[in-house]
Amino acid sequence: MIKRLFLIAVALFPAGVALAQEGGEIALLHAGTDITDIKSQQRGARDFMNYCSGCHSLTYLRYNRMAEDLRIPEADLKANLMFTSGNPYDGVNSALPADAAGWFGKQPPDLSLIARERGVDYLYSYLKGFYVDPSRMWGVNNLYLPGVAMPHILANLQGRQEPVYKNEPDSGGNAHMVLVDVKLTTPGTLSEQEYDVMCRDIANFLDYTGEPVKAKRQSLGVFVILFLLVGFAFTYLLKKEYWKDVH
Amino acid sequence: MAAAPESAASKGLLGWIDRRFPLTALWRSQVSEYYAPKNFNFWYYFGSLALLVLVNQLITGIFLTMNYKPASADAFASVEYIMRDVSWGWLIRYMHSTGASAFFVVVYLHMFRALLYGSHRKPRELLWIFGCLIFLVLMAEGFMGYVLPWGNMSFWGAQVITSLFGSLPVIGGTLLEWIRGDYVIADATLNRFFALHVAALPLALIFLVIAHLMALHEVGSNNPDGIEIHDHEDEHGHPLDGVPFHPYYTVKDLVGVMFFLVIFCGVIFFAPTFGGLFLEGPNFEPANPLQTPPHIAPVWYFTPFYAMLRAVPSFWGTQVWGVLVMGASIVILFFVPWLDRSPVRSIRYRGPIYKIMLAVFVVSFIVLGLCGLKPPAGVYPLLAKICTVLYFAFFLLMPWYTRFDSVKPVPERVTSHD
Repeated sequence: MIKRLFLIAVALFPAGVALAQEGGEIALLHAGTDITDIKSQQRGARDFMNYCSGCHSLTYLRYNRMAEDLRIPEADLKANLMFTSGNPYDGVNSALPADAAGWFGKQPPDLSLIARERGVDYLYSYLKGFYVDPSRMWGVNNLYLPGVAMPHILANLQGRQEPVYKNEPDSGGNAHMVLVDVKLTTPGTLSEQEYDVMCRDIANFLDYTGEPVKAKRQSLGVFVILFLLVGFAFTYLLKKEYWKDVH
Repeated sequence: MAAAPESAASKGLLGWIDRRFPLTALWRSQVSEYYAPKNFNFWYYFGSLALLVLVNQLITGIFLTMNYKPASADAFASVEYIMRDVSWGWLIRYMHSTGASAFFVVVYLHMFRALLYGSHRKPRELLWIFGCLIFLVLMAEGFMGYVLPWGNMSFWGAQVITSLFGSLPVIGGTLLEWIRGDYVIADATLNRFFALHVAALPLALIFLVIAHLMALHEVGSNNPDGIEIHDHEDEHGHPLDGVPFHPYYTVKDLVGVMFFLVIFCGVIFFAPTFGGLFLEGPNFEPANPLQTPPHIAPVWYFTPFYAMLRAVPSFWGTQVWGVLVMGASIVILFFVPWLDRSPVRSIRYRGPIYKIMLAVFVVSFIVLGLCGLKPPAGVYPLLAKICTVLYFAFFLLMPWYTRFDSVKPVPERVTSHD
């Protein structure tokens, strides 16, 4: 059984890479995050610090900037969110040594800008995309990042997901098992809905992390555009006035 | 100009200046008494908008330079420092990055206007050539600016574009090293690109823009009817169909500026990456010489030329042909004033062949742009090949089709204005 799964995984890996390069035929799930939802980002920050920051840093995000933007009191910040650094003005560092590449095959990447690089839909999908794959070092693979180097940290919460395959003929007409989806087989401590909310919160928090000014930028933009539209109206009338004698 | 005019304005401080510097005389000759045709339409906004974007790039660029660090170890982090810790740094950076794309939007539309109304025709050939040089410098400026954030797409984009020079026969290898300042894209490359981006190329750009404007004011503006307004002048020598640039076109261009700013700020505040077109996703990952992005695509404004580069197959074991074709696609622009043999300037009085050729040209340019964004698979390589041929056909066949095309009678005076 394990051998067969391994063979399938080996066969699928190039296919998965090819799919990913074509923009992924496995469509990403829609994250449905809201950059102005501070409550969601607060929960995301809590979950990130508890489950992710052990390995993943957010180098470009200062703790006190986060506390200010997400309206987290400094006492709460220090007591509940700062696990890896003593200074609120420091960036979020991971607890890992700089040479942790040997543990996972690669150094866990800094996630400051991951949302800008891959998008929130990818992050949301990725967190929901782990499935059991005994051929992998950590026993899991990911639907959206084939050959993932990371263990499924949230497995206790989400539960176990099994891959769903479909038989599809390849270009040579031979039947082919193609990975199309994952399904939850063993529930975890969270319900499916609760886990979705958690993934959405983390994606939302990382969206904030990628560009802390994003929400402010958009709300400010409304006023800028309104101001310019008024300016446009006035300059148009001015032009009309000057040009009324030109025939 | 030397003898200051004895007028009411030449008193007080202005008079003091005018006796030492031709301020009033310059203002009159270049602005308040520079007569422009009264029938400028939508397509005539993009010249002044290009100037606006240039000023935007210069000013925001100066402020970015104050916080940016041109070193391969610090560059990426310094950009994030600007985005997060510098007061309003994010706005300055987005104004600059969006401005780069806006520059190409307005310049492409400005160049299209010249093809529409024959603005490159005699006596405006040199005006057109200065414009082509501006476009060339702008491409270099845009390319080097894109390398500075030192993201992974910066790095690999620089790798691909500089390696084009390496494909040249004999001198290629040496030239490549000379450009990069190292055997690979490295710290030395970033340093020299920074120097060129913030000093050499902007200076060249400013001088060329001044030359472009001087040439324009020497020969006068063309207009949508493609006729000379100075053929019909009043008793003072002012063209009957002209209006002083100030106040008429200053207030009219101001309307264009406000409209442009609505769109420009819409992008800055609501879609600064423009779906990955203006700022590409992989560029939010630091430069990594060991990891190629899955698909290297230049920024959108280079993709038509990039598609032409890829469309040409390699012959005799070298890929230099694609590089030559790409170079030729720019060089050929300089010859348009002499390739166009039509007796009329404006598309309004040209026959159907030119209209069809121009439409085909525009469509093939846009399709090339799309092909350049996509990986070279599926229909895209074939599409790019066809459109490359069409792109060159527009220019190379121009001497024939413009001569044989039918023309309509050209009016004596300009027809209308809006």
